[in-house]
Amino acid sequence: MPEAALDLAKPAAAAASVLDVKGLEAWYNESHILHGVDLDVREGEVVTLLGRNGAGKTTTLKAIMGIVGKRAGSVVFNGREIIRLPIERIARLGVALCPEERAIFASLTVKENLFLPPPIAKAGAMSAERIFALFPNLRERLASGGAKLSGGEQQMLAIARILRTGARFLMLDEPTEGLAPVIIQQIGRTIAELKREGFTILLIEQNFRFASTLADRFFLMEHGRIIDSFLNSELEGRMATLHEALGV
Amino acid sequence: MLRMLLLPRFAGEDSGSGFSPPPRSGARGPPEGRWRGPGSRARRRLEVNLFGHVISLPQLYGQLLIGLINGSFYALLSLGLAVIFGMLTIVNFAHGAFYMMGAFAAYFLLKLTGLNYWWALILSPLIVGAIGAVVEILFLKRLAGFDPLYSLLLTFGLALIIQGLFQYYFGASGLPYAIPKELGGAYNLGFMFLPVYRGWVIVASMAVCFGTWLVIEKTKLGAYLRAGTENPTMVRAFGINVPRMITLTYAFGVALAAFAGVLAAPINQVRPGMGADIIVVVFAVVVIGGMGSILGSIVTGFVLGVIEGLTKVFYPEASNTVVFVIMALVLLIRPSGLFGRTA
Repeated sequence: MPEAALDLAKPAAAAASVLDVKGLEAWYNESHILHGVDLDVREGEVVTLLGRNGAGKTTTLKAIMGIVGKRAGSVVFNGREIIRLPIERIARLGVALCPEERAIFASLTVKENLFLPPPIAKAGAMSAERIFALFPNLRERLASGGAKLSGGEQQMLAIARILRTGARFLMLDEPTEGLAPVIIQQIGRTIAELKREGFTILLIEQNFRFASTLADRFFLMEHGRIIDSFLNSELEGRMATLHEALGV
Repeated sequence: MLRMLLLPRFAGEDSGSGFSPPPRSGARGPPEGRWRGPGSRARRRLEVNLFGHVISLPQLYGQLLIGLINGSFYALLSLGLAVIFGMLTIVNFAHGAFYMMGAFAAYFLLKLTGLNYWWALILSPLIVGAIGAVVEILFLKRLAGFDPLYSLLLTFGLALIIQGLFQYYFGASGLPYAIPKELGGAYNLGFMFLPVYRGWVIVASMAVCFGTWLVIEKTKLGAYLRAGTENPTMVRAFGINVPRMITLTYAFGVALAAFAGVLAAPINQVRPGMGADIIVVVFAVVVIGGMGSILGSIVTGFVLGVIEGLTKVFYPEASNTVVFVIMALVLLIRPSGLFGRTA
């Protein structure tokens, strides 16, 4: 896709860049998954990655976090190159991942899961009270085992868990996948609330009607590359091509 | 109430350890004249008839005690193996060698620096744990990501090398290590004598096992460990230095083995082969309890020790094989072990 499209998508009053990814490549063992991903996320933005299954969306998030076999290119977070840092150092800088599989620890209680990640910054860490206000269900399930939660509760716990740490940049991998509509609405309200509070969010979402209510910008992926990017306001005009590109 | 009795010499298996408590007179022992021997009333019925077997009660109690002692060592060793397996998913075949090194460390601390048993209980696990950390960093870390078979072979080879070196320098026969004088003598329980040191081993093992269980199941540190066992990558993504945690976990598991080695030194003497002798049974215990199960390894360790002891009373011919028969049965009925999570 032409460079112009990328330029167009940049908001006029450019806020500080939180994440700047250039030419990111990633491998799992011998398979080359990402072939040079370029994307950027600005302070306070919600940016959504679209693409078919296997396009490399999840791998992009994992590669930013450092969870791939091998990676190359450049990932700059808050002005700092993190491509060579190990996972735990990247996390300590304030990058938080809520993975697709949610990764709730079955051998830990809900409370232990919630309080597991150590705080990485004092400022911006959400209090337990605020978290229970966002996710009232969790308060009642604190003593339950992590494996006993419903899919929706697991997703809430997975989001709540990274809010407690003080990380201000959240990567959410398909938070609505496989959930009932009423739960999807609750997750949507939560993400909107987080955006109002100034969190910066990189979101993977198959459901772009859901994403359109939250996202400022979209990036479209195919075969391990970004092939298009556009503003939320441009979404309407691209519906037809998107339907074709995403096969939905 | 337990009455403490100080015998001039306790005629136990460890009489070879060369220590006999000095006769002490004082408030702690009962006056000579009033004491009438161990369970004098019970002496009239020292035998019971069970399924046609005539069992002497002192023999039964004696074997139960030996069973509990052995169980104490099984529990400590299999607990260390379980902790290591949980976090590193490797079967640490060098565990017996570290157990032996723990006993040797105690011996040398006493011989070279004069630091006594109590110091050895603390220092020996620290020294051996540090050696374990070095082994993990130098060798096992490099094998992470490979088939677990490689680390299994590596630790197996390491065990042979360590044992061989100790045998070369110190010979196969044992070096004596005396029971500390605070733990000499025996308690009179009314129905039997309990050598104080044996009682101490059981109590110390239970306390350390329970403490370890408590830390793993109930504390934040334990939560990191359990989470790291399930999904180490995700735990790293929360900012926790999992590679360092793995090194410390291995060091801790190995330190537990060294602690058991110090406890064993006054009972079994300090021999290069002491680890190889016990470790085969310990692996059977781990399989029966379920690989990686913390509680399973502790409970199974003690229970199998007692079962082994009872077998010596009821069917002595099977006493060396009973653990392996149970292992075979458990593998047939519950392949993941009694406490293991079924896949």
